[in-house]
Amino acid sequence: MSKTPTSTLLSVRNLTMRFGGLTAIDDLSLEVPAGRITGIIGPNGAGKTTLFNCLTGFYKPTTGTLRLAHPTRGEMRLEALPSHRVARDAQVVRTFQNIRLFPKMTVLENLIVAQHNVLQRASKFSIAGLFKLPGYRQAEREAIERDDAMWLQRLKLEHLADDAAGDLPYGIQRRIEIGRALCVDPVLLCLDEPAAGLNPRESAELNELLLYLCGEMGIAILLIEHDMSVVMNVSDHIGVISYGRKIAEGTPEHVKHDPQVIKAYLGEDEEEEVTGGATA
Amino acid sequence: MSAVVFARHAMTPAERLRDAGWVAFVGLILGIPLVGLTTVDVGGRLGVETRFGLLAAAVAAVFAGRLLLRWAIDQARNRKQDRDRASTATAADRAHGAQRVVNVLGWVALGASIALPIVFSDNRYVVDTATTVLIYVMLGWGLNVVVGLAGLLDLGYVAFYAVGAYSYALLSTQFGWSFWEALPVSGAMAATFGILLGYPILRLRGDYLAIVTLGFGEIVRIILVNWTEFSNGPNGISSIPRPSFFGLDFSRSAPEGGQTFAGFFGLEFSPMHRLIFLYYLILVLALLTHAFVSRLRKLPVGRAWEALREDEIACQAMGMNTTNIKLSAFAIGAMLGGFAGVFFAARQGFISPESFTFTESAIILAIVVLGGMGSQMGVVLAATLLVLIPEFGRNFAEYRMLLFGLAMVLIMVWRPGGLLSHREPTVRLNALGKASATKEAA
Repeated sequence: MSKTPTSTLLSVRNLTMRFGGLTAIDDLSLEVPAGRITGIIGPNGAGKTTLFNCLTGFYKPTTGTLRLAHPTRGEMRLEALPSHRVARDAQVVRTFQNIRLFPKMTVLENLIVAQHNVLQRASKFSIAGLFKLPGYRQAEREAIERDDAMWLQRLKLEHLADDAAGDLPYGIQRRIEIGRALCVDPVLLCLDEPAAGLNPRESAELNELLLYLCGEMGIAILLIEHDMSVVMNVSDHIGVISYGRKIAEGTPEHVKHDPQVIKAYLGEDEEEEVTGGATA
Repeated sequence: MSAVVFARHAMTPAERLRDAGWVAFVGLILGIPLVGLTTVDVGGRLGVETRFGLLAAAVAAVFAGRLLLRWAIDQARNRKQDRDRASTATAADRAHGAQRVVNVLGWVALGASIALPIVFSDNRYVVDTATTVLIYVMLGWGLNVVVGLAGLLDLGYVAFYAVGAYSYALLSTQFGWSFWEALPVSGAMAATFGILLGYPILRLRGDYLAIVTLGFGEIVRIILVNWTEFSNGPNGISSIPRPSFFGLDFSRSAPEGGQTFAGFFGLEFSPMHRLIFLYYLILVLALLTHAFVSRLRKLPVGRAWEALREDEIACQAMGMNTTNIKLSAFAIGAMLGGFAGVFFAARQGFISPESFTFTESAIILAIVVLGGMGSQMGVVLAATLLVLIPEFGRNFAEYRMLLFGLAMVLIMVWRPGGLLSHREPTVRLNALGKASATKEAA
């Protein structure tokens, strides 16, 4: 893949997150380029999800800055925004490791709820909507048609549109969650283990989807994933985190052969670590 | 001894006979001392008489009864299995069917409620009870916004009912406001209290939320009891003016410069006129509430409430301001409760803090939960049941509340999700007039 270098969309500087005595993220710096897929890998408990929580306003970082160079709205400091404004104003949207859909609502409703802010304005904060004014009905119809055309069909969910999301199989729920995040119209999409629990065919479809989103729609993607067939195949750039620190960064090929990464994943005892460090 | 079969499978006829035979045998053994032998007074001495005829009849009844019971159990089990087998294929159809039944039920209920005062135009008790049912229906629909849709467990809903009632009582007795002038203002007052309560509890969920709202309900009641200068304390407020029909009073003699309802229409005065008017008034208020809530549910704000109930974290991640969503649910729920309170004060003509105890909150919450959280028709059913059961229970005197509790337990065992737990989607893809078959996924 020969892609021209692009500008930085998100730059994480000296991010530290402490919970009491525990340092979950320790002085982490990372750049996320615009229009690319950036993978984040690391052993369990390395602080990957904590990074997402800091990024999307669910945690307030102890120190450090998260600068987003928004393509149309200028520079934003994500660490200062509450979580709903991160999604609404900064358009940084995430999914969750343990799927968080609105289970009793239908698939279509899940997607429409994600456009709450747009539709709420169109309904003139319910007043136009209460009287069924044409403006609101038009906006709602457009939203549904847009969802249908863009996401229900692309994610192969159209025949399930009126089913309760919580009753559907796991793999499909993963797709719905990604679809719902896309309905917020993100500039940066943060996916927390989207391939967890998917079978190989579904993983392959996920790869295709991610490449489409990034290549055709220009959405930058930040991807936490353990499934190497996904991360290594789609990522342009990979950051490796262990114990809250970045231990390596680079192309998939580079990261794959980095001794530090191999050590973090496979584990080595002290002695080998010393010799390994000497030879590296 | 495995003769009495606790079979998981359907039994053969031979098995059934043997099973019934064993049960009859047990019945025989138990029956000899209980039925077969009896003591009689024979000239001051105790004698024993046998009643083998009766015993034989009892044993035969046990035998037949056991056969019948087994047969009924097998039938029920077969039906259930059939249903389970059919359920996967036609889940959507059944949901559709259920919705149709509910819709029909709704129209029937509406027709019945319009016809009721005409049929029972001289029965004060029926019209009064029906009015009470409708007050609870309206309260249930109001609380449904907070508990059923937004999923915020509110145990102090009666506070807003009280705010509405006292607002009207004070505005009318102190400042001479009419019912129609005071109605919107009192609703706004209740909504303000809803937001006041909402602010401090934004971060609370579940049990904690329930406890704080419970406390809020009690605070309002205790203030009303103790702030005598404001609310006249436990003595309450009396002679609250009744609502008029476009300026026409329902009294026997017209006030100065006014006219009575009976006089205007040339009818003979009857106290029933006012009761029937009040009944239709609450019916209209309740129907407006229903239209308002059902419409809101299909708007972004309503979907946001439901999304909030389903997953608050996901709401935030989708860019929704959960603070505003919660406050709007509290405010609108409180406003509807306030309207019901205004009507309550106007109907009773007298209110005191006695009417706004925790029991009321509990009953309204029971209506919402029993009806099926979020279900509008369920609220109607549950409100009717919860008002009528204690009324029918009057014959049972002190066992009345026991009966009430038993009915609630039975309903929850029978339908743990509430009477009507089916949720109708707020929007359907195919309802837009597009045939889904014409569009194939790429």
